[in-house]
Amino acid sequence: MLIRFFTDLRAGGVPVTIPEFLSLLEALEARVASLSAEEFYYLARMAMVKDERHFDRFDRVFAEHFEGAEKLFEKLTAELPPEWLQQLTERLLTEEEKRRVEALGGWDKLLETLRQRLREQKGRHEGGNRWIGTAGTSPFGNQGFNPEGVRMGQATSRHRRAVKVWDARDYRNFDDGVELGTRNLKMALRRLRRFAREGAAEELDLDGTIDATARNAGLLDIKLVPERRNAVKLLLLLDVGGSMDPHIKVCEELFSAARAEFKHLEYFYFHNFPYERVWKDNRRRFSVITDTGALLRTFNSDYRVVFVGDATMSPYEIEQPGGSVEHWNEESGRVWMTRIVRHFPRLVWLNPETEDRWEWTPSVAITRELVGDRMFPLTLDGLDRAMRELKHTGTYTSPHVS
Amino acid sequence: MNEARFSGTESYVATPDLMMAVNAAVTLGRPLLVKGEPGTGKTQLAAEIASALQRPLYEWHIKSTSKAQHGLYEYDAVSRLRDSQLGEAKVRDIRNYIMKGSLWEAFESNVQPVLLIDEIDKADIEFPNDLLRELDRMEFFVHETRELIKAAHRPIILITSNNEKELPDAFLRRCFFHYIRFPDAATMEKIVRVHYPALKSELLREALTTFFDVRETPGLRKKPSTSELLDWIKLLLAEDIPPEALRGDDPKKMIPVLYGALLKNEQDVHLFEQLVFLNRRGSR
Repeated sequence: MLIRFFTDLRAGGVPVTIPEFLSLLEALEARVASLSAEEFYYLARMAMVKDERHFDRFDRVFAEHFEGAEKLFEKLTAELPPEWLQQLTERLLTEEEKRRVEALGGWDKLLETLRQRLREQKGRHEGGNRWIGTAGTSPFGNQGFNPEGVRMGQATSRHRRAVKVWDARDYRNFDDGVELGTRNLKMALRRLRRFAREGAAEELDLDGTIDATARNAGLLDIKLVPERRNAVKLLLLLDVGGSMDPHIKVCEELFSAARAEFKHLEYFYFHNFPYERVWKDNRRRFSVITDTGALLRTFNSDYRVVFVGDATMSPYEIEQPGGSVEHWNEESGRVWMTRIVRHFPRLVWLNPETEDRWEWTPSVAITRELVGDRMFPLTLDGLDRAMRELKHTGTYTSPHVS
Repeated sequence: MNEARFSGTESYVATPDLMMAVNAAVTLGRPLLVKGEPGTGKTQLAAEIASALQRPLYEWHIKSTSKAQHGLYEYDAVSRLRDSQLGEAKVRDIRNYIMKGSLWEAFESNVQPVLLIDEIDKADIEFPNDLLRELDRMEFFVHETRELIKAAHRPIILITSNNEKELPDAFLRRCFFHYIRFPDAATMEKIVRVHYPALKSELLREALTTFFDVRETPGLRKKPSTSELLDWIKLLLAEDIPPEALRGDDPKKMIPVLYGALLKNEQDVHLFEQLVFLNRRGSR
């Protein structure tokens, strides 16, 4: 049964390997976990999932796979032979408590009554004085008032029994396939920070040089070390169509929070698709505009460009001069985009739409082709991939503009 | 195989999944990688495990300039060069210039030790990979003296990470993993009680409510953590603040008393001031 669990995990996107699975079996053999579904869940998760990003996927596969199986665990403990219970409690009970047990008619009578009540009781019960449950006064139950009682359930967490830990889906926000939002903003920020800290030039590593020289018995041996400073210049171009507003806000927050990490960070807005004008201030977008040509002349090809947009529009908005829905553009969006792509070799496009929907909109396909397939979804994972793409030296050469 | 089980100590509250992880790591002799929000007690866990299981603790705090070799040993070539030029006698034996690192000392311990490798993600990305063989087989080779150092007793290794960098897969395979979640209200209460047993329940309740409210505020740059809560309570006790002062009925009091212990960012303080302002305007 566990082998199928292992393959299900892999199918569900949790990168488990065989040695990790074997270590789980080893742990089970060593009796590290006691006989409870929750402990098994913790053990399996600890042995097989090595990143909290995958916790949610693990929870889902676990819930599916062990659906209803936890009842098996409970049945097992309920079937314990009475002699075992007796021996255990004889060790644990004080003299006074043992006398009280005798007062109720001895062990056998007590257990018989317990079994009978269990059969009669239809469900979990609290309070009251006859049924088995918690906080009541019957002889059976947890935290009750009857000193002649048999304790059931655990000493703590009466309330937490109801919800299974893996059903709580506590780790949903850690999953990196989830769309970028205020919750996983912190993690996205970390990715960007890593991307920004690149070793640019090289500087003298004094300690390393001294060390190496000494090992060389005095002959000079110079060691260099890459510099750790933020050398990255980033240009952000954001689409402000109505559907994009919530995503734009997140992106702005993300990048402005990361502003300290970048040497230069600039952002501009466009509507639907970049044409010959972009603007910095949305309230004055019709009066104060920046000419895209001027943009290309101001920012040199050192700058890395990130487009954020859903690229969803009618294809004629891209292909035709005058296709823009707001104004008359002399040259088509395609012409402008090709110019931009040619000027900035390191460029990516982030799309808040989920990747599987991209093929259904033709404009997305056209945009994707124009940026050389460097379109990524706006998730943690997509951000990772986009940043990795931006790190590589621009190897993409755009086709000639006709 | 030892029978001791870890279940927290009087000064450290461990959740059941953490206890499971520690016990499994100890029983099977695997390193345990612990991640979590800052201030959730990752580093302290090692000290608590050492005191609960009565073992010596060796600590290795990683810096961004740390290399894997530092944990094993360092060969002080410069001293040797200088001594040779001065004609010192101890130059002859290279062993005099080998400085043992934390890992070596842990291996030499004659009782099973606890070894803490703190904040492993601070170092270079290749750092964990450089330690693979040592973690697997608990032995390493000293080139200068041609010795093989083996661990007398397999140490209990605890590795903490702040999630700044991705750790390489080969390294992750060899560890057990645990993520310390931020404690919920019930666990938090237990933790506070452990540190301040004489705290009045009313003050505790008000403080916890305020604390979790602050954490839930949207747009907060840095959420206050467990250690900040404990500091704040200490301040409250020192200043003798009554529980009524913490109740948020008065809109002017939306910024909690002595907020300097909880909000460490001026943007967060500004955010709170804005909220107070808005609240005041809204209630007109």
